[in-house]
Amino acid sequence: MSTATHKLLKGATGDWEMVIGMEIHAQVTSNSKLFSGASTAFGGEPNSHVSLVDAAMPGMLPVINEECVRQAVRTGLGLNAKINLRSVFDRKNYFYPDLPQGYQISQYKSPVVGEGEVLVELDGGRSVAIGIERLHLEQDAGKLLHDRSPTMTNVDLNRSGVALMEIVSKPDIRDAEQAKAYVTKLRSILRYLGTCDGDMEKGSLRADVNVSVRKPGGPLGTRCEIKNMNSINFIGQAIEFEARRQIEILEEGGAIDQETRLYDPNKGETRSMRSKEEAHDYRYFPDPDLLPLEFDQAFVDELKAKLPELPDQKKARFVADFGLSAYDASVLVAERESAVFYETVLDKLANRARDGKMAANWVINELFGRLNKEGRDITGSPVTSEQLSGIIDLIGEGTISGKIAKDLFEIVWQEGGDPRALVESRGMKQVTDLSAIEKVVDDIIAANPDKAAQVKDKPQSLGWFVGQVMKSSGGKANPQAVNELLKSKLGI
Amino acid sequence: MTDLTSLTLAEARKGLADKTFSSLELTDAHLSAIEAARVLNAFVMETPDQARAMAREADAKITKGDAGPLAGIPLGIKDLFATKGVRTTACSKILGNFVPTYESTVTSQLWRDGAVMLGKLNNDEFAMGSANETSCFGPVGNPWRREGSNTTLVPGGSSGGSASAVAALLCMGATATDTGGSIRQPAAFTATVGIKPTYGRCSRWGIVAFASSLDQAGPIARSVRDAAMLLRSMAGHDPKDTTSVDIAVPDYEAAIGKSVKGMKIGIPREYRLDGMPAEIEKLWEAGAKWLKTAGAELVEVSLPHTKYALPAYYIVAPAEASSNLARYDGVRYGLREQGKTIIEQYENTRAGGFGAEVRRRVMIGTYVLSAGYYDAYYLRAQKVRTLIKKDFEDCFARGVDAILTPATPSAAFGIGEKGGADPVEMYLNDIFTVTVNMAGLPGIAVPAGKDAQGLPLGLQLIGRPFEEETLFSLGEVIEQAAGRFTPARWW
Repeated sequence: MSTATHKLLKGATGDWEMVIGMEIHAQVTSNSKLFSGASTAFGGEPNSHVSLVDAAMPGMLPVINEECVRQAVRTGLGLNAKINLRSVFDRKNYFYPDLPQGYQISQYKSPVVGEGEVLVELDGGRSVAIGIERLHLEQDAGKLLHDRSPTMTNVDLNRSGVALMEIVSKPDIRDAEQAKAYVTKLRSILRYLGTCDGDMEKGSLRADVNVSVRKPGGPLGTRCEIKNMNSINFIGQAIEFEARRQIEILEEGGAIDQETRLYDPNKGETRSMRSKEEAHDYRYFPDPDLLPLEFDQAFVDELKAKLPELPDQKKARFVADFGLSAYDASVLVAERESAVFYETVLDKLANRARDGKMAANWVINELFGRLNKEGRDITGSPVTSEQLSGIIDLIGEGTISGKIAKDLFEIVWQEGGDPRALVESRGMKQVTDLSAIEKVVDDIIAANPDKAAQVKDKPQSLGWFVGQVMKSSGGKANPQAVNELLKSKLGI
Repeated sequence: MTDLTSLTLAEARKGLADKTFSSLELTDAHLSAIEAARVLNAFVMETPDQARAMAREADAKITKGDAGPLAGIPLGIKDLFATKGVRTTACSKILGNFVPTYESTVTSQLWRDGAVMLGKLNNDEFAMGSANETSCFGPVGNPWRREGSNTTLVPGGSSGGSASAVAALLCMGATATDTGGSIRQPAAFTATVGIKPTYGRCSRWGIVAFASSLDQAGPIARSVRDAAMLLRSMAGHDPKDTTSVDIAVPDYEAAIGKSVKGMKIGIPREYRLDGMPAEIEKLWEAGAKWLKTAGAELVEVSLPHTKYALPAYYIVAPAEASSNLARYDGVRYGLREQGKTIIEQYENTRAGGFGAEVRRRVMIGTYVLSAGYYDAYYLRAQKVRTLIKKDFEDCFARGVDAILTPATPSAAFGIGEKGGADPVEMYLNDIFTVTVNMAGLPGIAVPAGKDAQGLPLGLQLIGRPFEEETLFSLGEVIEQAAGRFTPARWW
């Protein structure tokens, strides 16, 4: 599938290849929890969103939230994955104070979504397909608060029972760049689908990263799992560190211990959390409180029919309909908000077919460039989609030149206002009136007879005349008209 | 008016409707009986104030003419049912003085229909036991004694408090739960009627869980008709329990007295155990004869996987229990025994809070679910369960309407007599009842006679899924033929 080359790490004994698999925990966007009616709102006083079920009171029973099932199926469809019409909830048993039931309800042997695939774009127009092993639904745990008492640990159960999708990739990822691009793409798909808000800072999206190294094409090495990563950059750093750590051990004749590790972003290193021997025996078994989760193909088909356009489809459409380069199109679709902004600009354009590509250039170069410079994102843009489409209309219809448009953009950015009205009131209109331009042309030719005489032998000096005309018109003269007039007057 | 306690529920309903007595009088009579019978240890919590308040409310409704089907009937509630504002412990130290903020679906339906709560009834800790000896509140006495003996006998378990209280006329009926025989075996030991309905017939919401795939609530009552009346209120679909089934609840009482003519009754040959007391064999034959006399047809049937039921049950039930009881960790409610670390706190809390039998089952359950043992134990037990279910299905497919068996392999025994050295000796009590839970079928235990020592014995009828009515019709035939049995009062 992959035509992309990936990065190998140089060691003392030669090149090493990384083999990476990921488990992404994505919080399902839903109003209530997976098995209880309690709210999933973020924040709030500790234990303010806790039902009797979430607190595991005696005799309480879980009832599946159908919206969470729909969200999981939508996500599965978005990952081009097999949807299992029958799946089973299991109990994963372990003791921890943030786990009220003493078990997490999860899906072990029969997940709701099976194998799928995600196409991941890399720099330089390369792309790689990463396989999806499965997606299953499970409950989130609560949170321990250690800072409220000097002697006690407190437990906040607001998150207890919130629905998570665990999306497990195949070990198809080969370097940190691919890993970062995979998370970025997955996050983008989830956000397009509206099945997870993808907010990594709030913990809505977390990743466990499995890393091993091998000689290129050789047998798989022993892997270590880096737990609970909530930043795409840290994922990249952790993989690089972990791979080098393993290579060092192997090259010194050591062996890798299969273990769970944590990444410390301050020190830039991973450290051991628990060894394989300390790993829990989760004693999975089917949850007898819940019947198998069953739905029919019609349920899936209905969700499929209402699926929004996803980044890959949108990108293809932008390329086909507006002649965008693949690169520009992928920049626009990477974030759902950017794509929405661009499409809103398109919607408002007077001539979408003519100016669609120009609009893309403006969104990417002028708008994103400026936003990046100021550290803002698209949702905080001072220039609205309506204003930007107004500016592009003015260029497209020939009212202003591209150069004037940049000045206009700056005014709109700083002061706001309607671009067309600004052009009128500030006299920024391009002069296409031939008689007005003709006068300027005549004056300049008359003032420079030597140059006018030379121009027949040196046609490239025409540019000098164009520059003079544009200068004296304050940039408002239509450059094409100026060119044509000069040529005929100068007889070239 | 102490004789009010000797009425059946159906008789009391008539007396209340006719204003012969009030619910308050009926309730007071039972409260006095409870007070006088504390030696039985059937109640672990008496709620006289609440009982009288509910009785007054029922009386007002009866006067107004909008009384529910159980208006004014005083009942006892097994301590496994969560009761709002009333301590609920499952008779385990680990729940301490836990007071739920919620009411179980089954009990709330009883209150909806006008019943009155007298208090909470003793049971084996977390319903694990067959003699009511594992309760943290101590054992329950059976109102029945061997002729000429002062030895206190067990009432069976786990619903020992329910059976004892109903037999001793302390309440007109009681809620109970049955995971492997916990309704039917104590009913048989006390000459009361107990029905475990089809799995899914009653909501499990608000009932402290033992083994989720086996637990079912049901009533223990003084007569078959009383049991039918109580089940009608207890049963029903509950969206809060996804294993409860959305099938309309029939008027079970209408099945009482319905002809059983032409019904095919299976007599399973595998239930004829080696060394079974002759009097149980005799009782079984008598039961078959009564049903035949009433027009039913008897057929010998085979349930070939019966012998595997008990071992498979003692894998499935503890496995589920080990997980269900994980929530009792001392973190959020109930007992907390401090420790230097969280692990130590868990260990201290659970070692101090759970009794020996519960600890044993949690350990068995943890073991059979462990990596490397799961396939050999839990998975295989589930396969056995499927085969047991199929045995019954094959039988029903051949036109059998119900299966007649003894309810227990013996009559009640003395406190401390069984299971001391070998827990399996105690587990064997459920040999005739566990198959029914494994298959999710309804089963009723009806008093049928006495043994040579004057102790009651019961017969069990097993029905098709959701055909409890058949069991009530057949059960009443046995009741009519055998008569009803009341213990001589010694307490």
